Amino acid sequence: MAEALARISQIDDLGMIQIRADLGRAGDAIAEAAGLALPGQGRVTTDGSRILGWMSPDELLLVLPRAEAAQALAALQDALSTEHALVLDVSDMRAAFRIQGDKALHVLMKLCPADLASMPQDGLRRTRAAQAACGIWREPGGYVLIGFRSVADYLRGLLQGAALPGSQLDPR
Amino acid sequence: MTQTGPFRLSSGGRLIDRAYPLPFRFDGRQLRGLRGDTLASALLANGQMLMGRSFKYHRPRGPIASGAEEPNALLGLGHGGRFEPNQRATTTPLVGGMATTSQNCWPSLTADVGAVNSWLYRFFPAGFYYKTFMWPRGFWKHVFEPVIRRSAGLGKAPTEADPDTYEQAYAHVDLVVVGGGIAGLTAALDAAKSGKSVWVLEQTPHFGGRTPTDHADGQARVDALIAELRAMPNVNLRRNTMATGLYDHGYLLAREALADHDPNAGIPRQRLWRIRAGHVVVASGALERPLSFAGNDVPGVMLASAVRDFIGDYGVAPGRRIVVVTNNDDAYRTALAALDAGLEVPVILDARSSAGGALPEAARARGIRVLTDAAIAGIKGGQSVEAVKLCAHSGSGEVTETIEADCVAMSGGWSPVVHLWSHCGGKLNWSDTQSMFAPDPNRPPTGADGKAMASCVGAASGDLLVADATGAAAESAIMPVWVMPTHATRKMKFKMFLDFQNDVKVSDVELAAQEGYHSVEHTKRYTTLGMATDQGKVSNINGLAVLSGALNQPIPATGTTTFRPPYTPLTLGTIAAEARGELFQPLRKTPMHGWHQAKGAYWEPVGHWRRPYCYPQGAESHAEAVAREIRAVRASVGTLDASTLGKIVVKGPDAGKFLDMMYTGMMSTLPVGKCRYGLICNENGFLIDDGVAARLSEDTWLVHTTTGGADRMHGHFEDWLQCEWWDWQVYTANVTEQWAQIAVVGPKARVLLERLGGMDLSAEALPFMGWAEGEIAGIPARVYRISFSGELSFEVAVPANRGLELWEKLHEAGADLNITPYGTEAMHIMRAEKGFIMIGDETDGTVIPQDLGMSWAISKKKEDYIGKRAQQRSHMTDPDRWKLVGLESLDGRMLPDGVYAVAEGVNGNGQRNVQGRVTSTYISPTLDKPIAMGLVRHGPERMGEVLEFPVAGQESYKARICDPVFYDKEGSRANG
Repeated sequence: MAEALARISQIDDLGMIQIRADLGRAGDAIAEAAGLALPGQGRVTTDGSRILGWMSPDELLLVLPRAEAAQALAALQDALSTEHALVLDVSDMRAAFRIQGDKALHVLMKLCPADLASMPQDGLRRTRAAQAACGIWREPGGYVLIGFRSVADYLRGLLQGAALPGSQLDPR
Repeated sequence: MTQTGPFRLSSGGRLIDRAYPLPFRFDGRQLRGLRGDTLASALLANGQMLMGRSFKYHRPRGPIASGAEEPNALLGLGHGGRFEPNQRATTTPLVGGMATTSQNCWPSLTADVGAVNSWLYRFFPAGFYYKTFMWPRGFWKHVFEPVIRRSAGLGKAPTEADPDTYEQAYAHVDLVVVGGGIAGLTAALDAAKSGKSVWVLEQTPHFGGRTPTDHADGQARVDALIAELRAMPNVNLRRNTMATGLYDHGYLLAREALADHDPNAGIPRQRLWRIRAGHVVVASGALERPLSFAGNDVPGVMLASAVRDFIGDYGVAPGRRIVVVTNNDDAYRTALAALDAGLEVPVILDARSSAGGALPEAARARGIRVLTDAAIAGIKGGQSVEAVKLCAHSGSGEVTETIEADCVAMSGGWSPVVHLWSHCGGKLNWSDTQSMFAPDPNRPPTGADGKAMASCVGAASGDLLVADATGAAAESAIMPVWVMPTHATRKMKFKMFLDFQNDVKVSDVELAAQEGYHSVEHTKRYTTLGMATDQGKVSNINGLAVLSGALNQPIPATGTTTFRPPYTPLTLGTIAAEARGELFQPLRKTPMHGWHQAKGAYWEPVGHWRRPYCYPQGAESHAEAVAREIRAVRASVGTLDASTLGKIVVKGPDAGKFLDMMYTGMMSTLPVGKCRYGLICNENGFLIDDGVAARLSEDTWLVHTTTGGADRMHGHFEDWLQCEWWDWQVYTANVTEQWAQIAVVGPKARVLLERLGGMDLSAEALPFMGWAEGEIAGIPARVYRISFSGELSFEVAVPANRGLELWEKLHEAGADLNITPYGTEAMHIMRAEKGFIMIGDETDGTVIPQDLGMSWAISKKKEDYIGKRAQQRSHMTDPDRWKLVGLESLDGRMLPDGVYAVAEGVNGNGQRNVQGRVTSTYISPTLDKPIAMGLVRHGPERMGEVLEFPVAGQESYKARICDPVFYDKEGSRANG
């Protein structure tokens, strides 16, 4: 049996904090509280453990080890207490998957209409996987895909199906 | 002459491998082909020229072409779930063990009783269906339609599920070349050298197109190009990939066949590529046209190019004595190829008055008899060609000579394949010198920048020779021939086929013109010309040329019919791809989904969610389960998984002002720590959602929506914030899935929660319509004291990952309290017992809150809210609007849902006037009687009146108007 195009695994220990604010005004305060530089449009910044991702002109997503989420939430809420801002723990409403392997991109190309091949190394792309919304960024050896927790089974089924051994997208 | 049929040549065939024979079955007969064969070449090699029956007359049909344009050789392929009708034998690669069947014939292909003798043609003219089935009227329904339905369609639809898998994939490419012939490969190389990412899509398993067959050094030229392209990392060469349609913004669909050849490969059978192309180069070549002479549909009459393809590509001779008939030089190649293969070419019939080009000279030099101003007057033979009757092309068909032959290779010239170019708006020019429609480079399909998003090269552009790349010598001019001979008699025209599958003849198109059909689109539909599965690839140009002739107007004045995708049919499998079975739709599951499943929940779809409708035990019916659940809740305690309810956080300095606009009631004055029920209307005043809002802090609210309304209401909020009140300082977030929410309901609800401990839930600490934050059983929780059942009720929200933990702890701790999980139906009945409305039951998009007696939920103090203006319009304030009431069945029968109450008199259509309808109806287990709600004209003023609800086939239902609150009118139970 040939190997799957990529190894698909679910990540259970990610914390996620949604930040909405005027990034021009509050950017410095967010960066300091998050411990990461503010990402540019469609990008992420990372220190290897935490990732700060650009979600929209007034929204960021801080991804970090779950154990650090409560503290980071408090720090961000504190840092933005004088701003019009919304900081929420959204760790529980997400499902995250790791897509690892040489052909990881092929798996995503079967599901996502976005041009992920040309996504920059530090890119973050909000797109869809078949019929479900998702977000995607790179990590060494592959990608991370996040979606809503209620459709975790659907997303897992999609990813595993798309990784079917022998179904690589190379010309044959 | 003796019939020998087609056969395999002893040598030749560049695409076959004689070392690998492949067995296959055709109509139950065991046959043998070779690796590299198509089904058509394999059948021909076995002497099988007859491959199908035409649609209308069931005429015998053999292959006319060798590619995607084939209208005749359509077979049923495979069996069971893998059965596919209408597969083109000319493009289906032969697979060992393949089972194939002929179509549209009974009892057999050779003896089809449905066949219509040629003398009967005149009784089935163009528009036959329209003319015949008009009268008498009743015959359509009872006689004609059932018969036509049974005979409609060529193949049979498969009856079992397709066991194969399919997939889709997206690609973003600078330049896509459609067609891997020599022109496409050359264009790809040019583009690739500039550094662009380049894809080449070739529909067949082989690159090169016609070049290797038609030009002596063609294969070498193609091989050199392929070698160079393969070495370039920015080039992606895909075979077996059919570009089916080009759409706006360079969106190109293409089907790649991955495992058509091997169902057991364990990979997807086909893949649909969804490509965003920066530019599309259409290099799709050209299709040869038939000639319209009498008997041109007899099996053995084929396109000249197809004859030499079968000889050159597959080493198959379609016949031993091949007559070539043409109006151009190219067909002479077929004569030369036939001679090279050791076959006889008794004569070449050239309709032109002279034939002096290099190819005709070469034919003469090989000793072939070449006749000019020559034509075919008729074909002798029915299921196969026996002889060809010759005549002068400029005459009216007097037979000058009869020549024995078993195959006719015809060529009426070539038409560029302009489909992709035309799909998205590219325009065509008629060329008088070349007798073809070719793309007009000045009127291309345009992209977002207003510039051409596609261009054509090679034969597709009208450059049939592609001399630059092929080195072909110039050829002498074509002479247009649309009817052969020029002055053919009416009788001959009855046997000149234009559309071979649908049996549309020259006589039919001329009749349509005579009857007043001037538009080519109308003529197409009237005669069914070009409506066969090949979509006019073979018939279109000949048909519109005949129409032009009949209308006595130039061809461009007639124009073409519209080219629409797909170029060739797509399987439904590739369109559905992964969306089948478990992955048909994203099924949304709450954190407690697995528990419900394990407890045997019967599911109700709510949006994409699955919610337990009830939890039947043992042999219990659903109704019994629902009744048990309700009694348990009203007697002790039950739990409802309310996680699917929408939860939207609204925060900011202007959040209160914003919510006052969104809701009909006042949300800005809600104290922190309290909850308030609210209604949301659209701009037209109609009620679209409802739910409880909680004020979390000075500038933050959490609003609950209906399960189905969460995404819609979040969108509604953002729409107003982003498009109208962009300067208001409000942020919203849809946190529906962050929380697992459990309704703990019933007189023992507080007792149970107190057992788990952690929060003071006493009436003093947490009064009705209050909320509190704390921990329950060690789990961080927010508890809302709200009730949709009328009972003492706490909705407990905990982080989603801990929802199941709390649910299980509740059931553990409540075992002695007969704690009962209940589903949506119990919830619905309990709310109806209390007279609470349900969005989607009491509302249907035409109901305003005032209709539901909910004026109490509408703030009189506010200057404005969405829907306020609309609710002041005269129709909305009309006292005759139907209003919410309760309905008590008089005879103990449950009122059917949605039935109407009749009023005096009849309306303009002779129907009874109506004065109300049932919106919710149940058997109440609590009250042990049917209860219902409905909307009734002046209802609240008519308490005690009896309404009549007629139902077809039953005695009318009668119900008394009553208060919609059936249970616990004083509302004391909510206090426990």
